[in-house]
Amino acid sequence: MSDYILRHDEASCIGCQACEVHCKTNKNVEAGPAPCKIITFGPVEVGGHPRMRFVFMPCFHCEDPWCVRACPTGAMQKREKDGIVFVESSLCIGCKSCIAACPWGTPQWDPATRKVVKCDYCMDRIDAGLQPACVTTCVTGCLSFGVATEVPDPRRERYARQLIAEPLGSDEDSP
Amino acid sequence: MSSTVAPNVSDVGGPGRRTVYSMCGMCAVRCPIEVTVEDGRVTWLQGNPHDKALGTSLCAKGAAGLSLEFDDQRPQTPLIRTGPRGGGQWRRASWDEALDYIADKLNETIEAFGPCGIALSDRGGPFVDLTRTFVRALGSPNYFNHDAGCTGNAHNAARSIYGFGHEGLIFDLKNTKHLVLYGRNVLESLMVKEAKAFMAALANGMRCTYIDPRATITASKATRYWQVRPNSDYALNLALIHEILKQGVYDQDFVARFVSGMDSLREAVQDTTPEWQEAHTGLPADQLRGFVEEIAADVPRVIFHPGWMSARHKQSFYVSRTALILNALMGNIEIPGGFVLGKSPEQYGRKGLNHLTDRVPEVVEPRVDGAGADRPQWDPAIGMLHQAFAAMETGQPYGIGAYVAYRHDPLTGLPDPEATQRALDKLTLLVSIDVRYSETGWFADVILPESTYLERANILGQMNGPVPVFTMRDQAIAPRFDSRPAWWIFREILRRMGVKEALDFETIEELWNYQLDGTGVTIAQLRETGIVALADAPTLTPRDELRFPTPSGRIEIDSETLTGAGLASLPPYQPKEPPTDDRFVLLFAKTATLAQGQSLNNPILHEVAPEQVLWIHPDRARPLGIRDGEEVEVNGGGRYVGRIKARVTPWIHPEAVFMLHGYGATVPLATRARGFGVADQRLQHGKLYDFDPAGGGCAMTETIVQVKPAAAAGADR
Repeated sequence: MSDYILRHDEASCIGCQACEVHCKTNKNVEAGPAPCKIITFGPVEVGGHPRMRFVFMPCFHCEDPWCVRACPTGAMQKREKDGIVFVESSLCIGCKSCIAACPWGTPQWDPATRKVVKCDYCMDRIDAGLQPACVTTCVTGCLSFGVATEVPDPRRERYARQLIAEPLGSDEDSP
Repeated sequence: MSSTVAPNVSDVGGPGRRTVYSMCGMCAVRCPIEVTVEDGRVTWLQGNPHDKALGTSLCAKGAAGLSLEFDDQRPQTPLIRTGPRGGGQWRRASWDEALDYIADKLNETIEAFGPCGIALSDRGGPFVDLTRTFVRALGSPNYFNHDAGCTGNAHNAARSIYGFGHEGLIFDLKNTKHLVLYGRNVLESLMVKEAKAFMAALANGMRCTYIDPRATITASKATRYWQVRPNSDYALNLALIHEILKQGVYDQDFVARFVSGMDSLREAVQDTTPEWQEAHTGLPADQLRGFVEEIAADVPRVIFHPGWMSARHKQSFYVSRTALILNALMGNIEIPGGFVLGKSPEQYGRKGLNHLTDRVPEVVEPRVDGAGADRPQWDPAIGMLHQAFAAMETGQPYGIGAYVAYRHDPLTGLPDPEATQRALDKLTLLVSIDVRYSETGWFADVILPESTYLERANILGQMNGPVPVFTMRDQAIAPRFDSRPAWWIFREILRRMGVKEALDFETIEELWNYQLDGTGVTIAQLRETGIVALADAPTLTPRDELRFPTPSGRIEIDSETLTGAGLASLPPYQPKEPPTDDRFVLLFAKTATLAQGQSLNNPILHEVAPEQVLWIHPDRARPLGIRDGEEVEVNGGGRYVGRIKARVTPWIHPEAVFMLHGYGATVPLATRARGFGVADQRLQHGKLYDFDPAGGGCAMTETIVQVKPAAAAGADR
């Protein structure tokens, strides 16, 4: 895996798709490819309340990426210094092998360039000291990014806050 | 190309990388943005981090500003209609030709109807000083915003109690303990700063009661969801007030000092018990009581949202009015966790922007809709647009011959576009000024392409809030097509009408300097950050100094204005018959990627747009033979019939069906939006002139539709 984590805190997510669209405009792609995607499901009933489920699907930047193995030209690469999996567009011949190989269908076909485009954690932005496009513009701040050991997990803190907020012995549903 | 050009701001189109602070234009919220321009091309859009409450956040629509910019499916030159209205036959015109044509027709209108026969509508917001000045300079009182189909009921309700519109009440969610939302879908009818503050407050322990016949994403984050019967919220509020008074769960000191008319209130809610409301709302009485018991510990930090989109039913004004009364009972005005009053620069010892309207004499003739006169309960500053259409049809109280729709599309935003078209077709002149092909634009005589929000500068805006601010929409790039900024367009029309002094500015900077004169703020400062705050920190008015701009200086439960108009301050609830068999109340809303009709032709927003489906409750779908995922036919009683897939779900009240708004466009040149989905406003048959008499808003959710499986509809033919 890469050194980084791109964390999605579902409890804070509102499914607004800002991440999807900013990702596309940053990668300069029009209709078609979606390098990251929010999958929304619901409402479903949880303890009598309507609740929505949001699943965020960027690239997971695998330790042993099948897309890299499948690529016949060396266009799909894993960056040595931090493990980011990216596609070198000038080497891509548009064979779609990586799309077939990825268990999650992460690499995307771009009909405009007739090549593959994928989530590379916006490594150009990271190298410039910025955050990925999706994280920068996220409406609620439910996305966070950084070196995996350095990004705090909002769930721990929230759980602790809930424990403290609820009176002892309360059996009330948490929000 | 026309020889008449509008000046760009300096440096536009130059080489290198620049950061421009501006304001988004992808919906009417107009968030502050930071624009990155490289070699004259916009490469990145994000929130303006100088606005701390926003940070770099920007929604999907905001991101898709790039997609709008590079899209060719927008008006590229002025167009003059050659065939019948709505027939889609146009010829390209130079700006000189189009503007001369408009001036001729305006003169014709003035000859036939007088200057009052000219009307204009826009979508409100921070730049209306320009449009109001334009209308006033022509000698007409008939400026309108879009609130007949939006927040007019809530706005006028607030005026009848507090003496100012509800936009003057700013939520301090950070410190709120409990927020009550009546269908105010904070997380989908998205205002980024509000959604951010809402989610942060929930994470911080704020509780939220969400009331809506349909479970929205906001409902899914709320701590309590009440699925009430459609249009029953006034009954709910009368019962809430009853129970709150009975349990004494209110700020007695605040009420004694600042609220008048408590006896009338007690009388109005004497019999509206929690049990009484059960039959009307469907909410069990014990749940209502439980809610009141729960908020007891949180008073005064409890907020009842007066609503934004409140053009729903014919007692919507009183829903907002009672919500605002509930806030007064909480005593949540000018305290942390409640409403902070919006303040002007003058209240902080600063000078506000100079008004362009001051450059032209006030118009004393009465408004065509009677707002502020025959209808004193309607704010004349915003009007009620459906009454302009009524005047076009009837000539009463006087005729309207020319109408300018500036970035406004009433054929999408108001009910029953066929009825609106009948009125518009009587006009001598219909002009659409817009960045896109709207439904109204397609029916117009002239389309004037406005430059996009990235290609133009606007007049400066002033927003009164806890801390008042000046805001700037600056020009980031040169226009791609033969388009113009609005200030230039209105100036050019006025010059041709011989009233050049109103907007006699050669450049936008010259205009800005007029606005800024004496304020102590400079163009350079605004360009540095995009927004300039006029105070360091918000100050709360001390309790002893709190006064309201009402006749008595107090919060008025009995309104003289309403009484004067022959309206009750708190009328009895009008019970609603449940629709039966194949009949349903039609509800509508949007998602975070949609801004009414303006989003669906945007290449990227069209791609990410949700499939429009009809939510219907399983208990009602079953007997009608309607199955999840199958097509149904929806009929509003007019000629238009919609076909749409059913989504059978218990998260919609059995008496209602729901679909997204903004779909079903017809303009042929907008190929992505055209024919995509069903236009709910076309199902709102007969609702254009069916409005709440107190607030003026259209009764859109009183629309009854008939629903049947599409297969059966096919067999009928």
